[in-house]
Amino acid sequence: MLILGITTSTMQVGAAIGGHEGVLASVHSSRGKRHAETLTPAIDFLRRQARVDLDEIGCVAVDVGPGLFTGLRVGIASAKAIAHALRVPMVGVSSLDLVAFPVRWTPRLVVAAIDARRGELFTASYRQVPGGLQRLDDYRVARPDDLAGDLEATGEDVLLVGDGALRYQAAFEELSRVELADQGLAYPSAGSLVQLAHARALREDFVQPWDLEPLYLRRPDAEINWTTRDGRVRDGGVVPDGLPGDVAGPTGG
Amino acid sequence: MGDRILAIETSCDETAAAVVERATHVRSSVVASQIDRHARYGGVVPEIASRAHVEMLVPVVAEALVEAGVADDEIDAVAATVGPGLVGSLLVGVSAAKALALVWDVPFVAVNHLEGHLYAAFLEEPDLELPVVVLLVSGGHTLLVHMEDHGRYRLLGSTIDDAAGEAFDKVARFLGLGYPGGPVIDRLAAEGDPTAIAFPRGMLDRTGEDRYAFSFSGLKTAVVNHVRRHPDVSTADVAASFQDAVVDVLVTKARRAAREVGAKGLVLGGGVAANSALRSRWVEACEEDGIRPFVPSRAMCTDNAAMIAAAAWWRLRSDGPSPLDTGATPNLRLPLAG
Ligand SMILES: [Zn+2]
Repeated sequence: MLILGITTSTMQVGAAIGGHEGVLASVHSSRGKRHAETLTPAIDFLRRQARVDLDEIGCVAVDVGPGLFTGLRVGIASAKAIAHALRVPMVGVSSLDLVAFPVRWTPRLVVAAIDARRGELFTASYRQVPGGLQRLDDYRVARPDDLAGDLEATGEDVLLVGDGALRYQAAFEELSRVELADQGLAYPSAGSLVQLAHARALREDFVQPWDLEPLYLRRPDAEINWTTRDGRVRDGGVVPDGLPGDVAGPTGG
Repeated sequence: MGDRILAIETSCDETAAAVVERATHVRSSVVASQIDRHARYGGVVPEIASRAHVEMLVPVVAEALVEAGVADDEIDAVAATVGPGLVGSLLVGVSAAKALALVWDVPFVAVNHLEGHLYAAFLEEPDLELPVVVLLVSGGHTLLVHMEDHGRYRLLGSTIDDAAGEAFDKVARFLGLGYPGGPVIDRLAAEGDPTAIAFPRGMLDRTGEDRYAFSFSGLKTAVVNHVRRHPDVSTADVAASFQDAVVDVLVTKARRAAREVGAKGLVLGGGVAANSALRSRWVEACEEDGIRPFVPSRAMCTDNAAMIAAAAWWRLRSDGPSPLDTGATPNLRLPLAG
C-alpha cells in the first residue's frame, strides 16, 4: 500500500510518498511559515517525481502535532481533504514521536522537545525497545528550565531532540549528561512519518478523516480566561486570541 | 467547462460548502454555524473558529456533494474564499480546496469574500442587469460599491469607524441583549417605536468626497448617553430608534448613489441585509425611485459558499485558474477598476 505523509507542525513543511519498499520520494522546506503556499505544490511535485498517481495512494498519514497551530491545521485540513476525496483511511502520528524516531538506536533516554512558543516546549520521553521506541509519559507542555530540572533528576544519559531543544539550548547546556541532537534532526521528517504509518497500516490501525483530531495540548486563551473569570473580551466583533503561530486578522463578516 | 463548482467558505465563523452550476443554479448549500461556541465570549474567537473549521470541513463538504447529488468526478472546479477574514480560518478552507483540486485534477479558484457577497444577488436573480449599486453590510464591512460590469467595481464609500453589524453587536451588548446583536435588535425593534428617540444620522448631510462614507460610533455613543440619562426608557423603543437611524443612513446614501451613477438596480448584501427593517425600506425606496431592488434571501445574505461558487464561476472565466501556491490574504480588498 502506498502512503502519502504530510507534516506541517513546525517551521518545516514536509511531504513524502512510500510503502513497503520504503520512501519513494520526499520534499522538505523550512523557509518561513508559509505552510499553505508550500504544501499543495510540494505534493504535486512529489507525485510527479515518484511517478505515482494520487489514485494509487491507499492511506494518508499526517503529523497531528503538537506544534504551530496554524501550520498544523494547514496539514491536517489538506490531509483530510485528500483522504476524503480518495476514500482512503488515515493514520495520525504525533510530531514528538516523529522527531524521536530517527534517533531510535541510542541506548540513552530520548527526549523530544518541539517549540511551543511563549517560552515553552511540547515534550515527551522515549526508550529504545526491539523494533523502535516506546513512549514513557504523556505528551505535555513544559518550561525549558522545568524540563532541564526533570532531565537532571533522572540521573540518566539523555539525547534531547527537536527544534524546541535547539531554541532553548541555553537551558540545557550546563547539564553534563544531556546531549542535543543537531539541526538536521530538529524537525519531523515526512519519511519517518511514512515509515511509522506503514507499520500502523499493516495492523489496519486507521482513523477515518472525520474522526482525526489535532493534538493541541493547549486550550484557546479565551476558554482559559473564561474559566478563570478573567475574561478580557474586547469591544468589537473579534476577540483577540494570540496562540502559537496565529495572527488575528480582521473579521470577514 | 468549469460549469459545476464546489466552493468552500471558512473566512469567519461559518463552515460552508456548496455546489453551484453556471453561477445561477444552486445544487446544494450547506452552512454549519459555530455561533454557539462563540456566543459566551461576545464575539468570534479566532482560535476557536479555526479549530471548529478543521473539525467541520470534511463533513460539510461531504454533505454538500451528497445533497447536490453529484459524483466527485462531475465537479469541474474547486473554489475557496482566500480573504478577507481571519487568517487561521481562511487557511483551513484554502488548504482543503487546493487539496481537492489537486486530487480531482481540476482548477482551483481563489475567491474574494466581498465579491462573493456581491454575487449573492445574482444567484437568485440571474437576469440582474448592470450597472448596479451594491450595499454590503455585515459585522466586518460597510461598503457602497458601484458594480459597472462583472469584475469591475468602484468603491463609492465605506465606514470610517464601526461596521454596521458591529454597531448592532455593541448596542445589543450595552442593552444586555446578548450576541449576536443583529437578530435580537431586529426582534425587539418590532415591539418598539422607531420615532421615540431622535438618534443622530452620522455623516448623512455630507456632500463632498466623503458623501458616501458611513460612521456609526457617534450613534453608539448617543444610545449609551440616552440610556444613562433615561434609565427607565423602553428598551424596545431604544432598539427601534437605533435601528431606524442605521437603516435611514444606509438606505438614503444607497439611493443617492444609485441616482448619481444611473444604476439599474440596488443590491443589498451581507449579514445585516437580513434585518427586516432594512429589507422593507430598501424595497420601498427602489419602488419610489423606479429602479429594481435586489434583496437576496436571508440565507444568501449571511456567509455561505454558494455565493463564493457564483463569484468563482465569473473569476474562472475572466482570470482562469488560481495557482496552487495561493495562500490566505486576511486583508484582501475588493479588486477595484482603475
Ligand atoms: Zn461575509
